[in-house]
This record gives sequence, structure tokens and C-alpha cells, in this order.
Amino acid sequence: MKDNLMAFGESAARDLGAPCCCGPASEGDDREMPGYSVCRFVDSFMETPEGAVPVVKTRLERVDHLGTLAARCNVGRSDYRVAPGLYAVGEPTETAPVLVTANYKMSFDAVRRTLSGMNAWLLVVDTKGINVWCAAGKGSFSAEGVAAMVTKTGLTQVVSHRKLILPQLCANGVTAREVKKRCGFRAEFGPLRASDLPGFIQSGLNADAGMRRITFTLKERLELMPVEVSLTGRHLLWLVPALFLLSGVGPGFFSFSQAVLKGVAAWSALFTGILAGAVITPALLPWLPGRAFAVKGALAGLLCGLPFGLFYWNEVGMGSLFALICWLTAVSSYLAMNFTGATPYTSPTGVEHEMKRAIPAQAVAVIVGLIIWLAAPFTG
Amino acid sequence: MKDLRYIDNMATLKLHTDLCVGCGLCTTVCPHGVFSLEGPKARIDDLNGCMECGACARNCPVAAISVNPGVGCAAYIISGWIKGKDKASCGGGCC
Ligand code: SF4
Ligand code: SF4
Repeated sequence: MKDNLMAFGESAARDLGAPCCCGPASEGDDREMPGYSVCRFVDSFMETPEGAVPVVKTRLERVDHLGTLAARCNVGRSDYRVAPGLYAVGEPTETAPVLVTANYKMSFDAVRRTLSGMNAWLLVVDTKGINVWCAAGKGSFSAEGVAAMVTKTGLTQVVSHRKLILPQLCANGVTAREVKKRCGFRAEFGPLRASDLPGFIQSGLNADAGMRRITFTLKERLELMPVEVSLTGRHLLWLVPALFLLSGVGPGFFSFSQAVLKGVAAWSALFTGILAGAVITPALLPWLPGRAFAVKGALAGLLCGLPFGLFYWNEVGMGSLFALICWLTAVSSYLAMNFTGATPYTSPTGVEHEMKRAIPAQAVAVIVGLIIWLAAPFTG
Repeated sequence: MKDLRYIDNMATLKLHTDLCVGCGLCTTVCPHGVFSLEGPKARIDDLNGCMECGACARNCPVAAISVNPGVGCAAYIISGWIKGKDKASCGGGCC
């Protein structure tokens, strides 16, 4: 009986194909359970010997894209997960391949969108909402976790074969033979990128060399940029008032007008340094000379320091300008060095090697800059 | 990767050829094509391409590979210096 206003509102809205007053129209079908809501990426449910398994959509919708965008911009990025467990793509039978992935929503989305038109099982392992590569590196994507999910989902009842396809990039955390030992499923490493999964499956589970090699293209680097900028921005925020105060120090103890003049110059130096280290360096990575990121970053800093210097040529004194360029180069170099964590080719031994040399150099640049900056008002 | 190379002569990777049984798993898991199979044994082709992720050593069935594995992330290493290696984190930066 839909005799109350609320139910009428809902059914009327559904008839019109428009959301009712209080948000999107509920689907209101028999999948509803008190206290649960169906995820947007679930298309339907299919019956298996282990109960109902959600069938996922292979097309990303606006909410998925918005979520990806937000995560890329570092909004709610550390809590962007899907529930671990078994999912279906298409109409998989008991012989369909089982693909394993992390429960980071972006990893999950990357896999399901690439499988459009295919039939497969998707075993989502609990990696604490972290992507495949980082989870494996940190130990939350492990043979133990994979085997635990196989057991929990009752996979042996759902498929007749005993084979799992793991993403290649989890191999630094998952020991394949350990998976077999724990749950009886043979673990094979599939391609490195989700987008190569269809090719891999169609060729009878064979990956060619290209599918096994990591890349770090301009597009991949640019996608990382917003996170870099927002993270570094947060870390360097305290510099904004600090630079303003430092800029006011002069013969009359503190001059507000001088603080405004020089403070703004110092802020734009900081901004230029961030631009050089977190935007220019990642973008121009292969073309900047040097192997060490700190060197690449310092060069990018100097490169950006050139127009900066020309712009402020007559604005602040020569000494102050020199100090600003010292600072922005140090900032750029430091941020570039931090970009090592986002790249897929830097060895920890190499990073430590470069840090032990670069951090003292960056510190010297900052201190020299600071001395000149503070001395400038006194020397005229 | 051909276009992006990191600092040379850093990798702690070692292959003990005498132990290798030539299963080829290291050539499968390595994202940088560091290994190749030469006859019945694996061979290191591109030592400087190694990023010390540890995938090969973890999956080699006979422990013929040794490497000091870790993450090549400055923020992680700094936090390791400050808080000790076990508690290190990237602070949400890279991972
Ligand atoms: S440690 Fe990683 S990058 Fe180095 S050889 Fe092994 S699998 Fe390749
Ligand atoms: S994984 Fe080990 S045994 Fe297999 S080929 Fe490589 S080094 Fe040899």
C-alpha cells in the first residue's frame, strides 16, 4: 500500500524518471536489505553455490570518475576502498578465470572497466584500501591475505579450476608458491597494467615482454601531480607566515611595509619553487639532465629562477634576489627528491645515497639565503 | 625503462647462478626486465635497472637471488631515520 506521502513521492519520481525531493530515487527492488545499500558499481547479483555474488558494471559512471578525480587531488584518498570479496564480471562460469586485485577503489575500477564484454571472477583482497603496488611493498597485499580471501569466499565451490591470476606488481609482497601452499590455488602473475588483461586472457594467459615492463609516461606523471602539489602545499604552509615575519625584520626592528614588499616576493619565490619541484620536474623528468632527482629539481629551480629573477630585478635588492633564488632552488630540489616515492624506478639504496648528499646542500642554500635575506635591510 | 634511468651502481641485487634452477620466475615478476634466461640459468642483464623491489628474490623457489628490498621513497626514508625503520611511512605521499 503506497498510501503515505513518502512512498507516493518515491513512486511518482520513479515514474517520471527523476529523483524525488530527497536525493536520487531508490531502486526499491528485492535486493534491498535493512541496513545495507547496493554499491553504485553493482549491476545485478548472480547465484553461485556460495550464495549471491555481485556482478559489477564494466562502464565507469560519473560517481566513479568524480571519486577518481577526488582521490587524485588527495581528497579522501586514504579511504577510497571497496568491500573485499568475490565479484563477477559478465556471466562467468565455473571455468572462468579468477583475477585478483586490491580493494583500493581505483585499482578495482581499472580492472572492471577493462573487462567489458568478458566473463571473469574478480577476487578483491583486503589491502586496507591501498593500491596493488604500495600494498605489496608495505606487506598488506600478501600470500596470506590472498589465501584468506579464497577461503572466506568459498572459491573452491564456485570455480572448478585452481588457478588465480595476480597482478604482476604484487610480486614484491606475494610469494606465489606460498599462495598454493595455503589454499591450493596456483598463483600466476598476470600483466602489470589492468588494461593488458583482455590481451592476456585472450592469448591464453600469456604476457609478452611489453606487458611485463613498467612505464612512467608523461600522462602517468601528470596524473600524480595534483597529489604531489597538495601534499607539499600542506607541508610548506607554515612558511607563508614565517616568510612574512622574516621579511619585515630590519633596522627599525620590524617594518610592516617592508614585510609586505619583501614578503610577497618571498611568497612568489616559494610558489615558484613548488612549481619547479612538484610540477616542472615531474613533467620534464626524462629531459632534465642528471640522474639524481635532487639535481633535476635544482636545475628546474634555476630554470624557473631565471624569469623570476628578471621579474624581480628592480623590485628587491640584488642580495635579496640572490637569497630568494637560493631558497626556491632548495625548495624545488627537495620536492623533486620527494617525488622519488611516486616513481616506479628508484631504488632505496639510490634514494638514500642521493639524500645524504642533497639534504646538506639544500640546507646550506637555505641558510645562506636566510643570512643574506636578514642582512640585506641592514646593508642597504 | 630506457628513457628514465636512476643512479648507476647502487642496486644490492645479487644472483647466485650455482643455485639457480632456471624456472624463469624472476624474468616474469621483474618490472624492469633485469633478468633473462640464458640456457638453463638466469642471468642479470641490466643491474642498473633494478629498483630493489624484491619481487624476484621473494618468488625465486631456491633463494638464488639476494637483494636488500625496500621502497625508493625519500619521505619514507626520512621517516625511517626519525622513527626507526620499522615504523617508517610515506606520510600518505606516494602510497
Ligand atoms: S628487485 Fe625488483 S627490480 Fe630488482 S631485479 Fe628484482 S624484481 Fe627486478
Ligand atoms: S627465479 Fe631463481 S631459480 Fe628461477 S630462474 Fe630466477 S634465479 Fe633461477
